[in-house]
Amino acid sequence: MEKIPILRMGEFLLVTIQVDMHDRLAMTLQDDLTNRISQTGAKGVLIDISSLEIVDSFIGRMLGNIASTSRVLDAETVVVGMQPAVAITLVELGMSLEGVRTALNVDAGMELLRKSVNGHEESEYGSYFQ
Amino acid sequence: MAVTSSETVPVVSEADIVNVRRCVRESAAKLGFSLVDQTKVVTAASELARNTVIHGHGGRMELATLNGPRVGIRLIFEDQGPGIPDLDLALRDGFTTGSGLGLGLGGSKRLVNEFELKSRVGEGTKVTVIRWK
Repeated sequence: MEKIPILRMGEFLLVTIQVDMHDRLAMTLQDDLTNRISQTGAKGVLIDISSLEIVDSFIGRMLGNIASTSRVLDAETVVVGMQPAVAITLVELGMSLEGVRTALNVDAGMELLRKSVNGHEESEYGSYFQ
Repeated sequence: MAVTSSETVPVVSEADIVNVRRCVRESAAKLGFSLVDQTKVVTAASELARNTVIHGHGGRMELATLNGPRVGIRLIFEDQGPGIPDLDLALRDGFTTGSGLGLGLGGSKRLVNEFELKSRVGEGTKVTVIRWK
């Protein structure tokens, strides 16, 4: 069965969606990611959708579900790389992806994840060095 | 309204929804639609195709390119499914009978220029949309 690969990088999971997903593939990704978070104790999930030419309500819902489920499992989700035309269309469709954190690209997304995971430790160091 | 080309594709399975997106994208690109307009019409087609598969229990899409006086794409989704009892309710954002967000019909209406919904309970549903270039 066709699957979207999930890569592990330290305490984060990375997913790059490069195919036009049919609905079942999107559902499978959602299940696989949930299982991987639980197995690995990953603290963050980064989903790169820069290759996606459309995000319809189904895929939008999948992204929202992944974000909510991973939050319950103590992991942050960041969706990165949405094409401008996709963003314009999504909003007109009526989806604003509330509850889904986004970043412009992979670098910015990783930065966001690192901050949200290490934020607490950094602030401790900050006060130590003052 | 001159139809310059027309093709009909099945809309029965999930794979057909992907195929609908591909066909509509190709035609829109060929007609010289901007990337944003391509994305809008493809997204609308994806929503309507999913409705045809899930709620209409399968059907077909007729894709026509229009040329003269205006250039555009016309999509007709037709099924012989159970039909929609209350059209106004079905078009309202947030209304859903399935597991979706209820943005399918109302949302796709916002993504096109012309939208016509006809449905008879027990006979089926026909949605016609046009996106002008």
